[in-house]
Amino acid sequence: MTLLTRRTLVAGLASAGGLVVAGCDKIDASPNVRKLLSLGEGATYSAQRFVSDRAALAPEFAPSQMSPIFRTNGNTMPGSSEFAAHMASNFTDWRLIVDGLVARPLSLSLAQLRAAPHRTQITRHDCVEGWSAIGQWTGTPLRLILQQAGLSSAARYIVFHCADDSNGAPYYESFDLIDAMHPQTILAWGMNGQPLSVPHGAPIRLRVERQLGYKQAKYVMRVEAVASLAGLFGGKGGYWEDVANYQWYAGI
Amino acid sequence: MSDAPDPVLVAPATAAPPPFYRHKLPTRLWHWTNALSVFVMLMSGLMILSAHPHLYWGVYGANADHAWFEILPGHIRIGSLILPGFGIFGVSRGGQNYTVNPLFTIPSHYDLAGSREWHFAFAWLLVVPGILYLAWTLIGRHKRDLAPTLDELRPAHILHDINEHAHLRFPTGEAAKRYNILQKLSYSAVIFVLIPGVILTGLTMSPGLNAAWPWLLDLFGGRPSARSIHFICAMGLAAFIFVHLAMVILAGPINEIRSMFSGWYRPHPDRVPADPSTDPIPEPAE
Repeated sequence: MTLLTRRTLVAGLASAGGLVVAGCDKIDASPNVRKLLSLGEGATYSAQRFVSDRAALAPEFAPSQMSPIFRTNGNTMPGSSEFAAHMASNFTDWRLIVDGLVARPLSLSLAQLRAAPHRTQITRHDCVEGWSAIGQWTGTPLRLILQQAGLSSAARYIVFHCADDSNGAPYYESFDLIDAMHPQTILAWGMNGQPLSVPHGAPIRLRVERQLGYKQAKYVMRVEAVASLAGLFGGKGGYWEDVANYQWYAGI
Repeated sequence: MSDAPDPVLVAPATAAPPPFYRHKLPTRLWHWTNALSVFVMLMSGLMILSAHPHLYWGVYGANADHAWFEILPGHIRIGSLILPGFGIFGVSRGGQNYTVNPLFTIPSHYDLAGSREWHFAFAWLLVVPGILYLAWTLIGRHKRDLAPTLDELRPAHILHDINEHAHLRFPTGEAAKRYNILQKLSYSAVIFVLIPGVILTGLTMSPGLNAAWPWLLDLFGGRPSARSIHFICAMGLAAFIFVHLAMVILAGPINEIRSMFSGWYRPHPDRVPADPSTDPIPEPAE
C-alpha cells in the first residue's frame, strides 16, 4: 500500500528540484531578463556617481593595518617571449606607450616614470570574489601622464592594454574619465616599499582605488584614450567583462 | 438569537467572527515586493558567497588570514565548531562537489558575474520599497501595531506565548486582530534590524561608496566585518522566513495568504468559552 516510498519521495523531490533549476536557468538566459538586470546595473553606476564627489578619496590605512600576506590573483606571469626579454633586462628597454586621442603620444621608460612626481597610498584591494587585502602602493598619478599627453576633448574612456593573456585573449581594462583623473588613480611601480614584483604586475600595475580587483590591470604596456569602447576586443571594456560578463563599473 | 446566551454554554465553534481588515495596502504591497526581492537576494547572495566561502573580522581578510566561518566539503566551520552542511553547504551531488547546493543559488551553475547582476538589480527592489515602508511605519500609525506594551515584555508573558505557539494554539477572536508579542518582536527585528543591517553592510562592501561614505566602514569595523555581518543578517532573514512560512501553514495558509492579498482576515472562532477568568493573561488596556 506504500505507493509513496521514501525512495520515490526523495527521487521525486530531486527531479522536482531539477525542474526548478532548469526553469530558473531559462529565466536567467532570457534576453528580457538580461535587459532588466542591466537596468539595475546602470542605476547602480548612476547612483554611485550621484552620491560620490568625483574626487572623494578611497579610505587609506596605517602601516599597522596592512595585510601580513598580500595574496596574488589572476595571471602571475605573462607568457610572451617579449615579456620574458623585458624581465631578463630588468625592464630597461620597456616603454609605456600613451596614445589614442591625445595631442602628444608618449613613450616613457620605467626610469622616467619613477623620476616623475609620485604618490604613496596604503589602500584596500577588494577582489570581486569577496576577499580584501591592504597594501602600500607607490606610483605616478595617471592624471599627470594624461595631462602631459594632452587628452583630446573627444576622449571618453582610458584603456589599459596589458602584457598578459588568457587562452590568447589579451587582458585589458577601461575606465571613465572620472576614475582616470582621480587623485588616487596611479600607475604603481612600487608595492609595500619594494619595486613591484612580477606576480603583482611588474613593471607597472594600475590602481583605481574605488573599484574592484579585476579592474586593477597588471603588466600595463599601453594607455590609450578612446571615444568609445565598442571597437575594442569584445566591446564590453575589459577582459573579464568580455569573457564572463563581469560588470564594467565595479564600484560595488 | 435575541437572548444573550450563558457564556459557559457557548460551544467552541459557534458562528465564525466576521472578517476584519487586517493589512493595509502599503503592508500588502511591501510584503510581496519584499518576498520577491529577499528570495532573489538570498539565492544570488549564496552564489556570491560560494566564490570565496570564508568570512573574516577586521579591515582585511583573505586566504592567509584567520576566517571565523568557512564552508568545507560536507560541513561548515564556525570558529572551532564543526557543523553539518544541512544539505545547503558543501554538498556532493552526482559525484560533484558544490560549495552551495545549486537548488539554493541564482544562477544554479557557478556564475559570480551573473549572481552579482541579479543581486544588485533586486537590491533596488529591497531598498526603495524598504525605505518607503520604514517611513510609512515610523510616520504613520503602524509603529503602534508593532510596539510591544510593557506588560507584553514581561518574561512570563513571552514564555506563555512561546508555549502557546509551541502547542500550535494561535490567537483567536479579538486577540487575532492584533500582533502577539512574538510577532511584534520578530517583525520589528526584520524591519528595524535585519533589513537595515543587510542594506547598510551591503553598501559598506562597495569600494565606491567607501569613498563617498567612509563612516560606514567605521560603523561596522571594516569591509570583511561588514561582509560577515551581512551574512549573519541574511541568515537571520532566512530563519525568519522559515518560521514565518511554517506559521502561515499551521495557522491556515488560505486565510493567511488571502489576507495578504485582500487585506481581509477571518479570525478563528474562540476555542474556549469567552470567560476572562480562564485566560491567565489579561487583555492589554489599549
